[in-house]
Amino acid sequence: MAVKTLAAGKAVSIMLEIVHMTVNGEEKELAVDPRESLLDTLRNRLNLTSVKRGCGVGECGACTVLIDGTAVDSCLYLTMWAEGKHILTVEGLKSPSGELNEVQQAFVDEAAVQCGFCTPGLILTGVELVNSGRKYTREELRKLISGHLCRCTGYENILNALEKVVGYH
Amino acid sequence: MYDIENYYEAKSVEDAIAHLAADEKAEVIAGGTDVLVKLRAGKDVGCDLVSIHEIPELKGVDRLTDGTIVIGPATCFTDITNDPIIQERLPYLGEAVDTVGGPQIRNMGTIGGNLCNGATSADSGATMQTLDATLVLQGPEGSREVPVTEFYTGPGRTVRKRDEVLIAILVKPEDYIGYSGCYIKYGKRRSMEIATLGCCVRVKLEAVDAKQAEAGETGGTQDSSTTRREDAASTEQKDAAGSPALPGAGFSLADVRIGYGVAAPTPIRCRKTEQMLKGMSADDPAIYDIIATHVEEEVHPRSSWRASKEFRVQLIREMAKRALEQAILRGIGKGTPGAGDFLPVELEGKQKMRETMTQDTAEVARTADGGKDTGCGKGGEHHA
Repeated sequence: MAVKTLAAGKAVSIMLEIVHMTVNGEEKELAVDPRESLLDTLRNRLNLTSVKRGCGVGECGACTVLIDGTAVDSCLYLTMWAEGKHILTVEGLKSPSGELNEVQQAFVDEAAVQCGFCTPGLILTGVELVNSGRKYTREELRKLISGHLCRCTGYENILNALEKVVGYH
Repeated sequence: MYDIENYYEAKSVEDAIAHLAADEKAEVIAGGTDVLVKLRAGKDVGCDLVSIHEIPELKGVDRLTDGTIVIGPATCFTDITNDPIIQERLPYLGEAVDTVGGPQIRNMGTIGGNLCNGATSADSGATMQTLDATLVLQGPEGSREVPVTEFYTGPGRTVRKRDEVLIAILVKPEDYIGYSGCYIKYGKRRSMEIATLGCCVRVKLEAVDAKQAEAGETGGTQDSSTTRREDAASTEQKDAAGSPALPGAGFSLADVRIGYGVAAPTPIRCRKTEQMLKGMSADDPAIYDIIATHVEEEVHPRSSWRASKEFRVQLIREMAKRALEQAILRGIGKGTPGAGDFLPVELEGKQKMRETMTQDTAEVARTADGGKDTGCGKGGEHHA
């Protein structure tokens, strides 16, 4: 039993709970605090720091991960809900030979990265789109990346990169 | 780490209700996109959460043999929009929830949470009002059915008791068969935006006379609708073009339902205006005038940092007109997909404004130059 102190200064006892999930293809059994967000667990317990802590309220998309293939904001997702699920972060994209994923390569080729804070989330949305197996227009892509804030690039190169992998040519 | 004291993952609806009833501090959490954001903002800190996130029976959309559509409250917005039953029967609802937040939020947030959160700005709110949906609440004493039009008691408040769980949203066949509809959201951005105003209009068209209806359809209603939309941006043009033919010739409005979000402290219906419109011809210009003059008598918008009361009243009039026109167009099979997106229309208007401005600038330049052609008059050349 772990004793934690709340912001209100009140000490409460919270049992750690066991969660099973597959993270980047590896099965994990973790003891977590049920108050943890998946973002907390991935960053602090598994050191997967590609998952960024941005706004914390689901507006910026920097904490985006794929849960069973679907993009969600991990800051608003309780780790307890991840039981039995498959989580993918950018760390899981690297091939055994060390090559970049095609979405990552497109971001490099199109110079779609500046400060890089939004990049992991956007890459994962890109991977979700690739996995859908269909093509998208630029206008559709604009809507599909609207859950990611990028303050550097003005989105044009990001859209160029995504068009390269899931756009009509 | 969220500032909660206890957390319980319910195995079933009964399990959730038992835990809610046993713990006075416990609140329901479903998708988490409202509850967790509130906690982050320091509201309700120290509460206990009972999660209904992992209860499969609360997810998905079904159509019963009697035609009733049953929407699982824990279905996320993306699943609502992509559901084949919704796409075929309630496309305007799918469209409405596709305007919530951004893609990731729509993958998490649930339609039941959207209702139970009690916000007037909920994107499903206006549409649910026009659907006359029935909400099934289950508590320790059993279940009860509440019409969505009687669900809200104030901003952020509903008749749902703390230990009750919304277990189903029902839409009866008589409330959707034969109807077409359109939801329009007005916001300053196209995503990650809380509605400044939301409006859903649904109509049930009735052919006045089959032959007449056919004749009406060949009358180029699509073109006239385009003209009308442009008219909204430029009244001058309307005068020049005269009164263009309106869509829906040969049809009458067997039923009209007008619902709003952010036009009052809760989502509302405008039943008096609806009554006035019932039975009128779908292509009668008077239906738009009735909306323009009467809906505002039934709404109670406020000024907020998002928009002033005056601006909201203007939106209330204009959006209902546009949603009604689009609902009629869809009813005769000539609707525009994505027409609920208010902004492109606005952008069109801005584009027009820019073009007009360019001409005006050229005019001014010409005048200043003593009537000489400055060479910048040709459609935004000096803009490029």
